[in-house]
Amino acid sequence: MTIIDKTAGVPAPRGSEDAPGVPLLEVRDLHVEFHTRDGVAKAVNGVNYSVNAGETLAVLGESGSGKSVSAQAIMGILDMPPGRIPQGEILFRGEDMLKMSGEERRRIRGRKIAMIFQDALSSLNPVLSVGYQLGEMFRVHQGMSKKDAKAKAIELMERVRIPAARERVGDYPHQFSGGMRQRIMIAMALALEPDLIIADEPTTALDVTVQAQVMDLLAELQREFNMGLILITHDLGVVADVADKIAVMYAGRIVETAPVHEIYKRPAHPYTKGLLQSIPRLDQKGQELFAIQGLPPNLLRIPSGCAFNPRCTAAQDICRTEVPALQQVTEQDGTDLPGRGSACHFWKETLHG
Amino acid sequence: MAEQTEPILQVRNLVKHFPLTQGIVFKKQVGAVKAVDGISFDLYRGETLGIVGESGCGKSTVAKLLMNLERATAGEVFYKGEDITRLSGRALKAVRRNIQMVFQDPYTSLNPRMTVGDIIGEPFDIHPEVAPKGDRRKKVQDLLDVVGLNPEYINRYPHQFSGGQRQRIGIARGLALNPEIIICDEPVSALDVSVQAQVINLMEKLQDEFNLSYIFIAHDLSIVRHISDRVGVMYLGKMAEIGSDTAIYEHPTHPYTQALLSAVPVPDPEARDHRERIILSGDVPSPANPPSGCRFRTRCWKAQDKCAQEEPLLAIPERFASADTPVAHDSACHFAEEKDVVGATS
Repeated sequence: MTIIDKTAGVPAPRGSEDAPGVPLLEVRDLHVEFHTRDGVAKAVNGVNYSVNAGETLAVLGESGSGKSVSAQAIMGILDMPPGRIPQGEILFRGEDMLKMSGEERRRIRGRKIAMIFQDALSSLNPVLSVGYQLGEMFRVHQGMSKKDAKAKAIELMERVRIPAARERVGDYPHQFSGGMRQRIMIAMALALEPDLIIADEPTTALDVTVQAQVMDLLAELQREFNMGLILITHDLGVVADVADKIAVMYAGRIVETAPVHEIYKRPAHPYTKGLLQSIPRLDQKGQELFAIQGLPPNLLRIPSGCAFNPRCTAAQDICRTEVPALQQVTEQDGTDLPGRGSACHFWKETLHG
Repeated sequence: MAEQTEPILQVRNLVKHFPLTQGIVFKKQVGAVKAVDGISFDLYRGETLGIVGESGCGKSTVAKLLMNLERATAGEVFYKGEDITRLSGRALKAVRRNIQMVFQDPYTSLNPRMTVGDIIGEPFDIHPEVAPKGDRRKKVQDLLDVVGLNPEYINRYPHQFSGGQRQRIGIARGLALNPEIIICDEPVSALDVSVQAQVINLMEKLQDEFNLSYIFIAHDLSIVRHISDRVGVMYLGKMAEIGSDTAIYEHPTHPYTQALLSAVPVPDPEARDHRERIILSGDVPSPANPPSGCRFRTRCWKAQDKCAQEEPLLAIPERFASADTPVAHDSACHFAEEKDVVGATS
């Protein structure tokens, strides 16, 4: 089975390459570190996750948790140096992208895996018209003529519902509103109908009413094309609305994984539990908020043992010495809860009270 | 919490238009950005008034007008009965002592070349009557202690602190002169979720301790609900709806408020199936050329001819005037209707 279509610029029919049992994307034991003047910052420390076609995985974490860095590693846009991937595998349809040549990765990037960035204004080139930037995908990857590429660009803008696309194709990024710019980013990611989209905080810079529009559009297009989606965010609300499964990251590790319904009902890690308790609710007037004490750790000096132990209310001696592995979470009677894992020595107490 | 006595701050028909000019040598005004276009509200002692709205609705301009950092085009702001928009010089300085501000971005609102002690102590240079010279260091250390920072950090620089700690420094600076009103412009939106709760709790604790009044400007509706006693919803320079937090969140009558609330993602996947979501089309129109009549009509699903001709006034809608429930609150809509979009009562 070949992953990369080396002969033609036309993408192969969707789904034809799917081998049963092989996830679309699988990340195995990924490590990323940055060599800085002050030492080695360990941004990602052994992350595992997988995404299937049509599935939405939300990677949830605060700033510095390594959620964006792992996405950049998948995309192959990490600054190296100072970044380094000392170990790990990133399997796209079963093939390790980290072992590929630059040429091979370029064939995947944009065509098979595309990315949507947070800040559309700084991700778009201000001196080129949006039509030119959208058309670039077709000119570079598929060798289209300028005229055809422009026609395609208009088609894409219509698909993401930008009104008066034909008239606006020559406009520059600053002439669009924030929500419209984000639509252009989405259009660009969709241009070559990729199998997987990585969206890094796609709606953080937008107002709530526009945020709802953009998330709906993204979900709809995902269904239409049966794409895999990795949604990177810090907003527990956005995740609840769109995700199928969640991976919670803290200090470069995944501390909890679960299907979306489960995690909000019964978190199995004290960090997740604390996060859920610390957000005010729209539909309840609460008393004093629960606050996780302390600060996220410095990646140059990650605490020994469980990285969350200095902020955890349930921390014991074992938490300071032993790094908890991501363990399968079970019901009280021992039956497995599918898809659930927690990296806490005391997940039983956290989950079952 | 709020004692409904005499308001400490009264805002009446506040207007701020920024002129749009054309030409380089002979400038002529060709229009105006109507950032704030006739806003009135009261603030009582010890209460928190939340102001929400999308970006560009004028909420930050309101904050600047209340501080008199921008001169109002028209309208009045009465602080204890005195109109502060006309003050200048010494009189203005005296008023500003009692109205302080906490800014959004703790990374740019602290001078990187000043120590924390200098930053928090700077207000004392302007108002020496609050703390005599020899006493200041002690006073700054007390303030650090009040906001939950180690008093020994007095000689450190802002870059040595995290975002949440910096915001605490900003709050300490706001508290330095024992103000009565603190205007908070998006004080937690730049912070991580787990740190946001710490800062919100601190602000509530300080409010009780010093009997402060807050004007809390934010776009995060959940946080505003948590901290506010009353909430005002702004759209394109106008107040669309204002009332107690229960009135706004559980009995909204203005379609914009309903849409805004329904768009907020709720961290509860069970709720996503039951909730009715109103998704507005389009963007906020330009404040330089707002729609006639009701400003929301271009995005409103209820809009009729009347909305284009007649501007709705901010008042208790007639049909609810006799109601004895929270539904009777000010709402600027011709077709105000109660609708529970949050699902709080279910």
